[in-house]
This record gives sequence, C-alpha cells and structure tokens, in this order.
Amino acid sequence: MENLKALIQRQSGNIIYRFASIKKLLNFDKILKISLFISAALVLGIVLGFVVTLCVASFDFLKSLGFSSLLKDTWNPLTDEFGASPFIFTTILVSSLSLLLSIPFSLSIAISLSDKKGNKLLQSFLNTSLDLMAAVPSVIYGFWALFTLSPLVRLLQTKLGFAPMGVGLFTAVIVLTIMIIPFSAGISREVIKLVPQELEEAGYSLGATRYEVIRSIILPQAKSGIIAGFILSMGRSLGETMAVTMVIGNFNAFPKNIFSPANTISSLIANQFNEASGLHQSALIFLGLILLVITLLVNLAGAFILKGSRR
Amino acid sequence: MSIKTRKKKDKIFTLLVMFLSILTILPLFLILLYLIKAGFSALNLDLITKVSRPIGERGGALNSIIGTLIISLLATLIATPISVFTGLFIFEYRKKVVSKILNITVRLISGIPSIIIGIVVYLWMVKPLGKYSALSGSVALAIMMIPNTVTSTVETLEMIPIGLREASLALGASFAKNITKVILPLSIPGILTGVLIGLGRIAGETAPLLFTAFGNPFLNLNIMKPMDTLPLLIYNYALSPFEEWHKIAWGASLILIFIVLILNVLAKWIVSKWNR
Amino acid sequence: MESIILTIKYLNVYYDNHQILFNVNLDVPEKKITTIMGPSGCGKSTLLRTINRMHEITNMARTEGEILLKGKDIYTMHPEELRSRIGMVFQSPNPFPHMSIYENVIAGYTLKGIRLSKVDKDEIVERSLRSVGLWEEVKNKLFKRGTFLSGGQQQRLCIARALAMRPDIILLDEPTSSLDPAATQKIEELLMKLKDEVTILLVTHNIAQASRVSDYIAFLFLGELVEFGPSTKIFTTPENPKTEEFISGKFG
Repeated sequence: MENLKALIQRQSGNIIYRFASIKKLLNFDKILKISLFISAALVLGIVLGFVVTLCVASFDFLKSLGFSSLLKDTWNPLTDEFGASPFIFTTILVSSLSLLLSIPFSLSIAISLSDKKGNKLLQSFLNTSLDLMAAVPSVIYGFWALFTLSPLVRLLQTKLGFAPMGVGLFTAVIVLTIMIIPFSAGISREVIKLVPQELEEAGYSLGATRYEVIRSIILPQAKSGIIAGFILSMGRSLGETMAVTMVIGNFNAFPKNIFSPANTISSLIANQFNEASGLHQSALIFLGLILLVITLLVNLAGAFILKGSRR
Repeated sequence: MSIKTRKKKDKIFTLLVMFLSILTILPLFLILLYLIKAGFSALNLDLITKVSRPIGERGGALNSIIGTLIISLLATLIATPISVFTGLFIFEYRKKVVSKILNITVRLISGIPSIIIGIVVYLWMVKPLGKYSALSGSVALAIMMIPNTVTSTVETLEMIPIGLREASLALGASFAKNITKVILPLSIPGILTGVLIGLGRIAGETAPLLFTAFGNPFLNLNIMKPMDTLPLLIYNYALSPFEEWHKIAWGASLILIFIVLILNVLAKWIVSKWNR
Repeated sequence: MESIILTIKYLNVYYDNHQILFNVNLDVPEKKITTIMGPSGCGKSTLLRTINRMHEITNMARTEGEILLKGKDIYTMHPEELRSRIGMVFQSPNPFPHMSIYENVIAGYTLKGIRLSKVDKDEIVERSLRSVGLWEEVKNKLFKRGTFLSGGQQQRLCIARALAMRPDIILLDEPTSSLDPAATQKIEELLMKLKDEVTILLVTHNIAQASRVSDYIAFLFLGELVEFGPSTKIFTTPENPKTEEFISGKFG
C-alpha cells in the first residue's frame, strides 16, 4: 500500500512535468504500441511460417515421387525409395503403448496427491519429485536408459530367447512411459482437484469408503479431464526425440516383435537429416510435416476435450 | 458385501496406489544416483577447464559449457521482449478475437515437436547462409521459450488488481507510462518465473540444435559459427564407443542437471516469495 | 419424557489446535426436530459433523468426549457403518451430476456395492421420492440428470437420497440457506412431516426458521451449549440472558 501511494505521488509529479513535453510522450506511446503489434504478428507468423516453409521444402519430393510413395514399406535413400510407413506406424505404436502403460501410474499419483487425509510431507515430496522428473532433459533419460535399462532388457531378452540387443521398441516404450508420466499425472491431479468437495462429502456421508468414493464419484466426475490429459500427453510423446533415438536401435523397417529395433519419424530425422540432401532431405522434411500435423491434431483434440470438461 | 470386505478392498486399494506412486518416482532417484556414481569420478578440474580433445588426449567440456551459456542467454534475449510484448498485447486487447487467436497460436507453438523447430530454423537460417551457427540454434530455442513466457506474462498481468492498473491512467498518464512505470515493475517476478522455467527447459534441449548449432569440438565464441552445448556433447559422446568419452558425458550430465535444477528451484523460490 | 436417541457427553473439539467446541452435553430426543441455533461461525456445523464423524475426512480435527447413538459409542463402529445410519444434507444441494435422479436416490446402496433386485430398487426410489414430495414431479424423468431440477427440488432429492438408507437420524446443515423463500417453506413443511419417521437434527442461524419448525432448541454460542429446551420455552422464557439477546436480534 505504501508503494502504491509513493507510486501515485510520483506519477502526479510526472504528469505535471510531462505536460511540457507531450510530443515526446505521444511518440513513446506509439512506439510501444507498435512493438506490441509487431510482436503479436511475429508470433502469429511463426506458426504460419512453419507450415509454409515445410510445405515448400516438401514440394520437391512430392513433385518427383508423389505422396503415395511415402506410404510404401521400403526406405532406401540410395535408390530414391522413401517408403515411410514403418516409421509412421512405429511412431504411433510407441506413443500409444507408452500412453497405455502410463495410465495406472499417472492415476495413482494423482489419487495420492488429492488425498485430504494424506501425509502432507509425503505429498509435497511426490509433487516435487514429479516436477523434477519433468525437468530432466530428454538426452539424459536416453543416456541413462542406454546404460542402465538396455543391459536389463538384454537379460530379459536372453531369458526369453530373443537376440540380446538391449535396444529396440521395448526399451524405447519404457523410457518414453517414464518421461510422459509427470505430464499426464500433473493434468490428472489438477482435474481431480477440481471435483467439488461437496460431492466427495456427499459420498462419505452416505457411508462410502475412500475407494468407493474415488471409484464411483471422483473418477467419473473427472473422467473427461483425465482423458484429455492422456491425449495431451500422447501429443507430447509423439514429438519426443532424443531419448527414443538413443534406445530404439535405428533400424529402418517394420518392427517384427516387441523387442525389434525400429525407428520413429523423429528418430529417423535425427539420424539422417544432417547427411541428407536433395530428394532425401525433402522426403524427411515432408515426414516432419506429417508428424507436425498429427501432433497438432492430437493436441487440439486434447485441449478441446479439456476445455469441455471444465464446462 | 459386508463392511469387512469393503474395508479390505479399501485397504488394498490404498496400498496399491501408494505402491504405484512410489514406483513412478523411482526412476528419478535411480537416474540421480547413477549420474552421481558415474559422473562423480569425471567431476574434475579438467572437465570444466579443458575443451574437447580427440580420444586419447585428456579433454573436458569447457566449450560445451560456454556454448550452453551463450546459446541459452542469446535465446532468452531474443525470446523475452517478443514474448512480453505479445503478452501485453494479448492482455490489452483481451476482449478482442485476435487475442483468442494468439492464445491458441501460442498453445500450438508449445505443441510443435522440437525437432521440427530445428528443421524449420535450418531452412530459414542454415541453408541460406550455408553454415551452421549458434545464432540459428538460439533462434530455434527462442521459439521454444516463447509459449512459456507469453503465458506467464498474461497470467501475471491478470493478477494485478484493477485498481492498481487504472490508478495511473486515471491520473492522466499515457498508455506507455502506465505500462512502464506501473504494470511492468509489478509483473517482473511473474515474468521472470516464466523466463526461468523456459530457460530450464531449453538448456537441456538437443533436438533443435542438431541441425542448427550442430556442435563444435573447439571452443568458439562466434555466434555465426557452429557451437557445442552440454546436451549435444552428451548425445554425441554417449553414442560413441569410447569409455573415456562416456565418462565425460556423465560428468557433463551432472553439470547439466545441476543447472536445470538451480533454474527450477530459483523459479519456485521467486513464486513463493512473490505470493508473500 | 422423551426417548433419547443420541447422547453427546462432554464433547470438546479441536481443529488444528484451535478449540471450537467446549464441553458440549446434549441429549437429542427421538423422532423430534431438534435445532442447533446460534450466530454464524460458532461451531454449529462442527458439532453436526462430529456426530457422523465427517470431521475425520481431513485429519486436522481432534475430539474428546463421548457420543452415543442408541446407547452405542460411535467410536466402536466403523465410520462407514455409522454414516449408513445417519443421513446428512448439506448447505448447497449436491446431487451427483453424473448420475440420474433414480441413481442418485439409490446411491447410498450402489456406492457400497450392495446388490439389489430391480424391484427392490424401484421400491426404494419411489418410497424415498414420495416421502419428500418429489415423486409426482419427477416420476416421468427418473433417468434424467439430477442437475436439471430447481434448487429446491435438488435439495429434496438430496433428502430423499439420505432417507433411502432408512437412517435413524438425519443431520441437516443450513439446508435452506441457498434456496428461495418458496422452496424454503416447502422444505420446512417436509421436515415437520418427516419427523414422524426419522429424528431430525437441524442447524440454522435463521431464528425465524428455528421458531417455525423446532420441537427442541439447542442454543450454541462461541462453541458452548448455552441453553437447551423445548422450543416454546426457549422463545418465551429463556433462562440464559445470552439466549434472550440472540432471540431478540441483538447479535446475528
């Protein structure tokens, strides 16, 4: 409050002084307003620019080989074959599997964090841990997975009679699951918190146990928000590059089983873009455009449902 | 169902939830422990004083550390004014459609896969100029920072009480003076939080730099030339077959995680102090 | 002499180390309307919630003393069992939005996984809705969401939901404070009819309402039970000067 008084006093003093130089004032005003406009235009321009740039750069590929060639199975830049269906398939497969795997964990954390009877210390510990997990850079997840997870996967593969490669779909799905849990748990936690307390109380007052209240009241109420959270986290995982690239095995074919090495769109681009030129580069860029479109659609769907759930 | 059975179900559920929750955060501690174990031995003076050297010679990560600092700071310098002004715009014209469109746009940008941002900035800056550069890397990272900073700017502005907002306007001050003398000073903590969170995010980014800053085994301070960062170093060294380089990568990972942690803690601290 | 259904003995309640109720002693008569009356924020809701152990939902409340339901210490049973025998209606109507009217009424059973035949369920729903006077109004839209009803109807739905369990007591925490006068009147009339079936314990800060519906009044002030007695006595010849001051509107 003191600050405000001093501020207003200073302002009044300023006004009187400024009457003498109104012209200066007007210019500053204009400059600021123009800056605002330019910045906003820039931001709008970024998205448009992205789409346009990617379209233009894909043009070469589309003109020479056509869209349908992308849907073939074989990717061999040396022979101008750019069949990318293995990568589109793997991208969606890896993201979907990670999403499914993350559901029980995300829900559990969200439920633990919304327990009003819960140990407050434990809850803030979980919260902080979740935030930290979200902050760990992707490349470190990949590094760790490469040196810790893949030896374990190799053991598993030997036991089950598979080739002990350590890298492949399985490892990639596991590390991706670990990475998206903080995100979907965060959204679930917020959505569950939004369930009105009166509803919970009504449930308890009828004599329900906590499990019954969660199962029959809280989760059904929060259902659409939780689903939106999962869709959004899938949107996040579609674009995840580094950790996946490091453990997926860089193999350009359809995965034969859960342990096969493979490539997602982003890991393919990460591996090949710098050495690519001409048609090869154009094909990769077009794939990138496809990835962008899929990701944006998934994110839009998730955001739309989330908004709807908040009514 | 008897009350005993129901209570049992409740108990089992509680235990299951607790178990899964702990399992969820277990990887964090596994990673931290492994990093400390593997990276601790690499944490020597060499790491931060020497630059990368070919295998066989004792090298360090100095060029990557400096690169991370330069590229991140440059990205912040580029992103912050644009984001703050855009945030001001959105707030000032919040009743108009254009602000809603901007909000959606910002949301869209935050959903763009980071590797795609790398491709586009490559096409905008690297291909035409014919070379990789730290500047192009900063531009890519700046684009990634914009959504965070815009959102926190708008949220901060919305939290300023209407009375304070209009006070100086009522006294006849201009739009610009109101902004610079009243609104911005009040918003600094909130905006700063957004910047710090964005910084924490981009300091650890690798994908957008793969085709822009590209990396550089030598110490380079010229932003028009390729530059190395800690994440790039970790990526390249981790995938190499050399034990020596793996060690350096672990050390670099420790430093990187430390930087990211500090930024996050700082952001949280500002938020808590600001909430008074 | 009235038969006593609920006995509260030397009840002290602390919330977060802050004492809210001081040595409350109260005998609630069976099948009557007992109103806990007093100015806002003096512990009335706390007292109510202690009776069905709802204060345990968060872990910041602590109680001392004894509460006996039909002679049995409420702490010797599972809270879920206790709450099945005591119904509660809240200040703002809170029907479950994702359930139909039918499902709301029967929620006390379905939440707990109690399997009932369709015939039994129909019977319970009709009986409960009839006793709150909603049956004729909603019998053709039983499967619509409860949230489409008016505020007063929603509150009656919540009462029906509580009644479906055939509780011994119903606790009502300022049930009409969010309703318009017409709806309020309907509910007051309903309560006076219901007391023949179930004991009613009502909390209100509205003196006029207390005088209209109550058989017995407990005046609670700053966490202490200042006076208890038949309604007519409290309103004509109160014993405690504070009670008199409150009734004559000296403080609200």
